[in-house]
Amino acid sequence: MTSFDIAVAVEKVIKRYGSVTALHGVSLDIRENEFFTLLGPSGCGKTTLLRAIAGFEDVSEGRILLKGQDLTGLPPHKRPVNTVFQQYALFPHMTVTENVLFGLLRKGWSRQDAVRRAQDVLALVQLSDFANRKPTQMSGGQQQRVALARALAPRPEVLLLDEPLSALDLKLRQAVRLELKALQRETGIAFIFVTHDQEEALTMSDRIAVMSNGHVQQVGSPKEIYEAPTNRFVADFIGETNLLDVTVQSISDGVATVLLPGDKPFTCPAAAVLDAGSGHLSVRPERISLCAEPLAHLSATVTGHTYLGTDIQLHVRLVDGEAMTVRLQNAESTVVPATGAHIGLNLEAGAARLLAD
Amino acid sequence: MGGGSSRIYRGNGVKLMLPSWLIIGSFLLLPVMMMAVYSFLTKEFRGGVIWEFSLAAYDQFFFDRGLFGDEPPKLEWTYIGIFWRSIWQAGLATIACLLIGFPTAWFIATRDPKSRSIWLFLVTIPYWVNLLIRTVSMKFLIRDTGPLNEFLMASGIISEPLGLINTNFAVQLGLFYSYLPFMVLPIYAAVERYDFALSEAAADLYAGTWTILRLVILPVVKPGIIAGCILVFVPSLGAFLAPDLLGGAKTFMIGSLIEEQFKGSAGNWPFGAAASMILLTIVMCVLLVYARSQNKGEAR
Repeated sequence: MTSFDIAVAVEKVIKRYGSVTALHGVSLDIRENEFFTLLGPSGCGKTTLLRAIAGFEDVSEGRILLKGQDLTGLPPHKRPVNTVFQQYALFPHMTVTENVLFGLLRKGWSRQDAVRRAQDVLALVQLSDFANRKPTQMSGGQQQRVALARALAPRPEVLLLDEPLSALDLKLRQAVRLELKALQRETGIAFIFVTHDQEEALTMSDRIAVMSNGHVQQVGSPKEIYEAPTNRFVADFIGETNLLDVTVQSISDGVATVLLPGDKPFTCPAAAVLDAGSGHLSVRPERISLCAEPLAHLSATVTGHTYLGTDIQLHVRLVDGEAMTVRLQNAESTVVPATGAHIGLNLEAGAARLLAD
Repeated sequence: MGGGSSRIYRGNGVKLMLPSWLIIGSFLLLPVMMMAVYSFLTKEFRGGVIWEFSLAAYDQFFFDRGLFGDEPPKLEWTYIGIFWRSIWQAGLATIACLLIGFPTAWFIATRDPKSRSIWLFLVTIPYWVNLLIRTVSMKFLIRDTGPLNEFLMASGIISEPLGLINTNFAVQLGLFYSYLPFMVLPIYAAVERYDFALSEAAADLYAGTWTILRLVILPVVKPGIIAGCILVFVPSLGAFLAPDLLGGAKTFMIGSLIEEQFKGSAGNWPFGAAASMILLTIVMCVLLVYARSQNKGEAR
């Protein structure tokens, strides 16, 4: 494995609020110059972890290192990281330029250098024409760019972003994703991005840490997370999936043979070392094809369908009563089976994975 | 004039404003105009006025023409002195209210919403009692034979009464006590709206606690602070209960001067009216300067 320079090392961090534990011994290495995303549902601890890196929360146990330096006990204003806040938190009584200058001047830059740097950063986010506006006179998208410029200006070692796109409307959000990614490449520093939106995470990140209930469930590239989830939670949270109860016959070297509902054997990769017995098979709905019943892995009865525009979602019921969904691309040749029809389902090679609980 | 409801009221503006105009007109504009007119009339010896134009009231305020009015005019310092003392008394009371009121408002605004209303209620409780009664009670509390001195002497902290009554300090205490809530409430309203993410953002951008207070918190809650200062300074300037009851003769303030002119047979209505008009002019000037500076700040 290649070695990377580590920008932020989170070592066995535990955070308790009274009797509630928000982080249960989280360990993560965030590399230099990567777009790293903390992804999870609300209350999973992702924001708490980000705030602990920024210094707004003390950790109860464990420590956080920034380029090898222990940050424990350092207040936020002494940490060389900057944050883009969820609602931007722009200073309303200052102009855009004054907002951007704030961190530079506190850090001891001379006014002349600071003004030049502010101009450069505002040019970078394409706001040069708005330098003398007040934040309240700007649109949400522009305010978001001011927040970015303000956080990038003092050249932080790492940029922290706390759901910065959640206040924007859908169209703008999609455009900003690409801009953010480009900005990360341009600045060459690590971005730690917090979101609950899996699509955002998949499109922008180099690596993603999926979190739930204060635990890191899986760390990996978007492709790894999507195609090779290690457990039920990750498979369920990222994208759509069908989870089938199956009987595990044999398992070795990460390959398992399972009995599908209807008792046909099926060989697939297994996420973890599991004992023979029962397990969960994750099958992505777009990796299932329809075929003639005798050849199929699974037999099913159609219970209905949902029209989604680009796709058609077919709802089926297996012989053992389990419900599944199948995604059919909405092409001209697509024939949607009628409700009540008996059909065969073919699982593509590598479409299914055996998961731990 | 935006808002969805504006359409409903369109064309009825004048009618809807009528009650407000009637009240403001009859209870604010009319009395002020009466004062303005009275200040240019001639005084009647047993109070009241003679309807005859005269500048005597203003002349008496600013110039000393000797006992019989036949000497060359010299600048009269008595009343200017009283005004000056009133201004700094009121200013000092405003500063004292700000120093105590800001932390108080901050404390209340940062409690959880439920206890906030309890704290606010506690702040306003004294207002259920008449100002005169509160001021008299204050006098009883701090006088030489009052509970404060007796307690301190009994416990051996002091051997003689502090002699608080009839001092500037006592007047300050009275003004401070009377007007503190007027400082607390507007600042509370401003701090309650303050977004604490701004403090975090400032800390994130390398600002320490005092820098955050100076560069972010104070500028953002400034409108509340200024409203509080105006609400304390203006009534303190014209106050007469606290100086009369707690201060005695040495701490005579404008309010008492004006009050005396309209009380009993020794009064001089035109002079009282003139003093009122001069006071009003000073207050209006202060407010104008403030409004001017605010507009400049906005236009920048």
